[in-house]
Amino acid sequence: MDFQLALLIDAVVAGLLLGGFYAAVTAGITIAFGILDIVNIAHPAFIILGSYIAYIVNTSFGIDPILVSILMLPAFYALGAAVYQVYYLSFEKRGQDALRGLAFFFGLLFITEVGLILTFGVDYRYVNAAYIGGTVQLGPMNLPLRMLVPFVVSMILIGALQYFLARTFTGRAIMAVAQDQFALRLMAADPVRIKRIAFGISIGVAAMAGAFLIVIQPVEPSVGREYIGRVFAICVLGGMGSLPGTVIAAMLLGVVESITSTFYGPSWAPAVAFGFLLLTLAFRPAGILGR
Amino acid sequence: MRSWTFFLIAAAVGAVVFFGAHLVVQNDYVYFAGYTVLQFVVLATAWNILGGYCGYVNFGSAAFFALGAYSTVALHKLAPMPIPVLILIGGIVSGVVGLGMGYLTLRLRGAFFAIATLALAVVLQTLIVNWDYVGGSRGAYVIRPATMQILGFTINYITYLFLVMLTLAVLAITAARAIERSRLGFGFATIRDDELAAEASGVPTLRLKLIATTLSGGLMGMAGAPFPYYIGFLEPSSAFGLAYAVNSIAMPMIGGTTMWAGPLIGALLLGTLQQIATVTISSAVNLLIVGLLLVVFVIIAPKGIVGLVQDRRRARQKP
Amino acid sequence: MSEPLLRIEGLSKRFGGFVALDSVDLEVQPGERLGLIGPNGSGKSTLVNCICGTLQNEVGSVRFQGKALDGMSAHERTHIGLARSFQLPRPFASMTLMDNVRIPLIYTVQARAGAQRTLAGLDVRCRELLAMVGLDGKARQWPRDLTQVEMRKLELARAVAAEPKLLIADESMAGLSHSEIDDILALLLRLNEQQGITVILIEHIMSAVMSFSQRLAVLVSGRKIADGEPADVVNDPEVVRAYLGQ
Repeated sequence: MDFQLALLIDAVVAGLLLGGFYAAVTAGITIAFGILDIVNIAHPAFIILGSYIAYIVNTSFGIDPILVSILMLPAFYALGAAVYQVYYLSFEKRGQDALRGLAFFFGLLFITEVGLILTFGVDYRYVNAAYIGGTVQLGPMNLPLRMLVPFVVSMILIGALQYFLARTFTGRAIMAVAQDQFALRLMAADPVRIKRIAFGISIGVAAMAGAFLIVIQPVEPSVGREYIGRVFAICVLGGMGSLPGTVIAAMLLGVVESITSTFYGPSWAPAVAFGFLLLTLAFRPAGILGR
Repeated sequence: MRSWTFFLIAAAVGAVVFFGAHLVVQNDYVYFAGYTVLQFVVLATAWNILGGYCGYVNFGSAAFFALGAYSTVALHKLAPMPIPVLILIGGIVSGVVGLGMGYLTLRLRGAFFAIATLALAVVLQTLIVNWDYVGGSRGAYVIRPATMQILGFTINYITYLFLVMLTLAVLAITAARAIERSRLGFGFATIRDDELAAEASGVPTLRLKLIATTLSGGLMGMAGAPFPYYIGFLEPSSAFGLAYAVNSIAMPMIGGTTMWAGPLIGALLLGTLQQIATVTISSAVNLLIVGLLLVVFVIIAPKGIVGLVQDRRRARQKP
Repeated sequence: MSEPLLRIEGLSKRFGGFVALDSVDLEVQPGERLGLIGPNGSGKSTLVNCICGTLQNEVGSVRFQGKALDGMSAHERTHIGLARSFQLPRPFASMTLMDNVRIPLIYTVQARAGAQRTLAGLDVRCRELLAMVGLDGKARQWPRDLTQVEMRKLELARAVAAEPKLLIADESMAGLSHSEIDDILALLLRLNEQQGITVILIEHIMSAVMSFSQRLAVLVSGRKIADGEPADVVNDPEVVRAYLGQ
């Protein structure tokens, strides 16, 4: 087979796997920004925090990072609910301009990153699990398990979230919170409570994605910055607030990034997501699936 | 007009006092530290023109700053030029980038603009890292002359840089103050308050937002232009440093965003604090302090120090 | 018949699958007082937004003094003489009442004249405008200090500050008491009779609309179902059905 073609196919497959993981990283922001209209630019900070918790638990007790991601979900849910409560009381309730809300999240992002640097330094940290380093042979291709496992878990997570939002009472209330406060009142649901739950879920999912991240690659505190552009690019491109749209946009971005770093070198990859974002905002703010 | 003359005199007096204090302490470090503080005065004032007056958050201050710095590096390799010329060019480059980005994103909601500015920083950093002419990821050396001739006097080059930054700071504040009291300033405030009502009153909101983005970006580029000479060795990670992004937001927010004095107070306070903390503790810790102060202030004192003072004064008037 | 001040032809507006306006035609003559009524969600606000440029219509045309407004932004429409008040008052919260009415003076009246009057010279005119709506006593106060009715008056003062030819008052009286409604009605009538400003009054309160309007148009589900003498329109079987049928 043609060498270039083989490279391309490899890059596409790797991009799809990466994209699946990106979908999990973005799912939280799809809920927070897309549905609740909370511009949580600190989202990546919670992802990296999740990575470090997975790292600590994994190196101290040898627990599998994917299992850790599920175990730490309640703690991060509570953290998210608490952050929303502060946000609500300080900004939403007072009708404070968006300016200060943004600065608040920017401060959180910053504090987390610097806090992690002070605690752990800027060295890359990684986890140990049986499957890291293993591969699966699929036809002519070698699929690394460190990519495949996070991909599969991410897809399960997204599926579960979609089921929750579409089929459960609370999930529907969350979807309604953005569109129709009136319908929400008919459902006898308290909007603030619903938003608190949704934001808690958003942060919980972010932390889980963080555990997947450290399976895929070693992590250091400033890695989170690369994800700011990615998550917002995917969220906007996916049409804001739609999980299926998020998955499609995430895979698209994953493939383009993967091809770029295969053919032009990895140092260009960060610009891809941001370029995507700028172009989307400029020309297609309603997203690929939008009107 | 009279208030103008008064202001210019006040600015000159302030400058002389500041400069005089540095002459008394015969130590080059003071110039280095003073330069950094003044650079933050310019950055904070520039950020506030868009952020404080119009209500549009720019997270990409570092990008505009670095653009100015890197246009100096690029020009320095081409042909040596006097610093004021470099400042002008750096300002134009950053201003044009600000205008272009504003044009692409300012028609959308404010949140999108904020996110796009985050994006801009990373795109530009990637471009610079991959651009070998300006040193790429390895960085570039810019040799600083030892001395400088001004009006027949021979002065230390760092003293010269300090004076340049001082002039720039006074200029930035003068511009901000002039905007506040002009038609433009009124227009900016309507954008911050309510864009729909502004349009209905005849305010061309998009045009004013573009003016603000261009001015703000341009001033940041001007602050960055002399930086390579100051630092001597410029690498992407220092030009795009986190400190610029967080400080240029934190300083106006803590000082107060509705008035030119806010960013000035915030920058002098936080800038000096950081100079002290960097020497006595560590630079990571002082950034953490800035982040914490930012969060505490936006929650507890949303109007900043200027707002606290104004409220107190008002409370005293109306017992 | 003279050229109408405002001529709307075949105006349609959709939001996704929802048809907010369906081929609306409407003419307003100079100096006229037109009442526009219709149930909630009938498209009145969408119509105002399309006339004033807050929304751009894809189908149909809006002409003002014979000039097509398509593609014009909201502030350009204000410059040529269209002004509106908002259903929910939208004052500039960080400015005093003086400065609130100063904005249209700077950005519309001065921009229109191309004059460079100083900002201080406008103070007299600002006071006049506030006095016209009875708010001159609160000139140095902030919008947060105002009552509901004062807020509506500020909204109208700001709209009139732009020296419009056509003023669209979007539910300026909702939630007010009888005497407050009479206050606002008298104000609108003065603007129409003394300053010759054409007024479109959008209102739910029938007594107010009936006493004010020379002509009445009815929107239901995005369609104009009646247009004529107020007394005839309210007795039109279709209008009665639309209102009572709900």
